[in-house]
Amino acid sequence: MKRMVPPALGIALLLVLPLIVTNDFYLNLASQILIYGLLALSLNILLGYGGMVSLGHAAYLGIVSYTCVIVVGAGYGHAVAAAVAIVVSTASGAVFGVLALRASGLGFLMITLALGQIIWGVAYRWNDVTGGDNGIRYPARPSPFGLSIADTPSFYYFTAAVFAVALFCIWRLTRSPFGAALRGTRDQPRRMRMLGHDVWMIRWLAFVMSAFWGSVAGLLYIYYNLFISPHAISLQQSAEVLLMAILGGASTLTGPIIGAVIITLIKNVVSTYVDRWNSLLGAIFVVVVMFMPLGLVPGFRHLWERLAARGRRPALGADAAPEAGA
Amino acid sequence: MQFWIIQTLNSVAFGGLLFLLSSGFSLIFGLMRIPNLAHGAFFMLGAYFGATLVEQGSNFWLAVLGAGLGVGLFGVAIERVFLRRLAGNEQGQVLVTLGIAFIVADVCLLVWTGDPVTVPAPAALRPPILVHGFAFPTFRLVVLAIALVAALALYLLMERTRLGAMIRAGVDDMEMARGVGIPVSLLFTVVFLLGAMLAGAGGTLGGPILNAYPGLDNDMLPLALIVVILGGAGSLLGAFVGSFIVGFLYNFGIALFPDFAYFILFLPMLLVLVFMPQGLFGRVQL
Repeated sequence: MKRMVPPALGIALLLVLPLIVTNDFYLNLASQILIYGLLALSLNILLGYGGMVSLGHAAYLGIVSYTCVIVVGAGYGHAVAAAVAIVVSTASGAVFGVLALRASGLGFLMITLALGQIIWGVAYRWNDVTGGDNGIRYPARPSPFGLSIADTPSFYYFTAAVFAVALFCIWRLTRSPFGAALRGTRDQPRRMRMLGHDVWMIRWLAFVMSAFWGSVAGLLYIYYNLFISPHAISLQQSAEVLLMAILGGASTLTGPIIGAVIITLIKNVVSTYVDRWNSLLGAIFVVVVMFMPLGLVPGFRHLWERLAARGRRPALGADAAPEAGA
Repeated sequence: MQFWIIQTLNSVAFGGLLFLLSSGFSLIFGLMRIPNLAHGAFFMLGAYFGATLVEQGSNFWLAVLGAGLGVGLFGVAIERVFLRRLAGNEQGQVLVTLGIAFIVADVCLLVWTGDPVTVPAPAALRPPILVHGFAFPTFRLVVLAIALVAALALYLLMERTRLGAMIRAGVDDMEMARGVGIPVSLLFTVVFLLGAMLAGAGGTLGGPILNAYPGLDNDMLPLALIVVILGGAGSLLGAFVGSFIVGFLYNFGIALFPDFAYFILFLPMLLVLVFMPQGLFGRVQL
C-alpha cells in the first residue's frame, strides 16, 4: 500500500490546486507546466530510458498544431482534426525515427536537430498555409463529451486529466518488459543484441511512442494557446524541453516534471522583468551539464539518503567506539 | 538565361561560404566526435565582428582576418574552459556548446540590437564584371575564389603537413594516435581554433551577401549539419562536395520554390541516410 501514497498525493494535489490557486494567471501557469511536463516526459522516453538525445522534439508540437488548424480550417470537427493531427504527427515521428536511427550517439542528435529545423523552416516559409512568421489561429477550444473547457479552471482540469493518463501510461511503459528492454539497449546494446533482442526495433518503437506522447502534448498546446507560430517550434523550444528533462533528472520518472515546473516558472518570472531569457537558458544549460549532470531528483535523492544514513550512523559509531578503545 | 547564370553563381558563392562554415564543423566532429552546436553562433559572431570593424574604418580584408582571429580565440576559450573539463562526456560537451550558442545569440542581440547590420563589400568589388552583356557580381566571384583557396590550403594542411597527419590519425583511430604519442588533446584545441576561425572569417566574408541579423546562427547551423550528414563527418572532401550540393539546392530552392527551400534539403538527406549512412565520403560513423 505504501507505494500508492505518492500517486495518490499527486492526484490530490492536481485536484485541489484550483481551489488554492484561484487567480487565473497562476492557474494558467499550472496548465502550461502540465503541458510542458508532458512534453518533457515524452522526450524522456528517448532520453532517460533509451539514452538517445533528441533536439527536434518541438517538431511534434508544430506538426500537431498546424495539422489541427488546417483540418479544422477545411471544415471538419475538432475530434476529426485531433485524430488526424495525432496520426500525422506520430507517423512523421516514425519516419524521423527511421532516419535518426541510421546514426548512433551524437549523430542521432544532429539528425533530429536538422529534422526539427526543417519543420521549422517549412512553418516559417510556407506562408499560404502556415501564415509564416505571423502564425495562425485555432478557432476555439473544443468541448470534449459536451463539457466546455473554454474557461481557465475547466481547461486546467482537462489538461490535468490528460496529463495523469499520460503519466500513468508512461509509468506503465517504463515498468513493462519493453521498458526493461529499452533500458537494456541504453546500457548494453551489444549484449541485448546477443540475447536476441532487435535493438533497432526497440529504439524505433520508443521513438514512435515518444512522438505520440509529444503529439498529445502538442494538442494540449494548441488548445491552450489557440495559436501556433514558428517561434513555438524553434530550436530554443526543443532545447528548453531537453533542459527540463536533464535538469530534473532524466533517469527518473518525476525528474522531467520537476524540470518543467522549474523552467516554466523561471521563464515566466524572468520574462516579466528582463528580456534576457535566452542568456539565462544557455547559462542554466552550462551549469546543469557541468555541475549536476544527473539532475535535481537523483541529486536530492542521493543527498537524502546520505542524510538518512548520517542519522543512523551515530548508533553504529557508539557501538564501534568502545571496540576501538578495547 | 541571365536568371540561371546568376543563380548558379549565387549558389557556388553560397556553397563557398558553407564550406568555410562546415569544413571546421566537420573536422571538429571528426576529431572530437561532437557536433559543435555553437558553430552557427560563431558564424554570426564573425559577421557582427566584421561589421563593427568595417564601421570603425577598417579595411574589409583586415576585418575578415580580425573577425576570424577574434572568433578563433573565443572558440579556444570555450574549448579550454568548458569542453576540456567534460573530456570523455561527449553528450555533456554538445549540450554545453548548445548553451553557449544561446548565450552568444542573446548577447549579440543585446549589443547589435535586433535590426540587421549590413557589412559593405569593398568598394573596388562592388561594380559588376560585364562579359558579353552579362553582369557578374564581382564580390561573389571573389568569395568563391577565396573559398577555393581556403579549400586548397586546408587540403595541403591536412595531407602534406605533420599537423595534418596527426589530425587525420586522431580522426581515424584516436586511441592508437594517443598510443603512439600524438598529443591528441592539444589537437582538440588546434582544430577548435581552426574551425572557429574559418566560421568567423566566413561570417564577415558572407556579410555583404547575407547581412548580420539575429537568427543568422540558426539559419546557418542546420545547413552545416546537413552538409556534414551528406558529405560525411571528418572528411574535407565530403564538406567540400556537400557544401556545393547544399549551396545549389538551397539557393535554387529559395529562388524557385521559396515556400519549400528548407524542405528541398530534406530529400537528399533522406536518400543519403537511407542508402549511405556514413555520408558520401565519411571517415567517421555518425
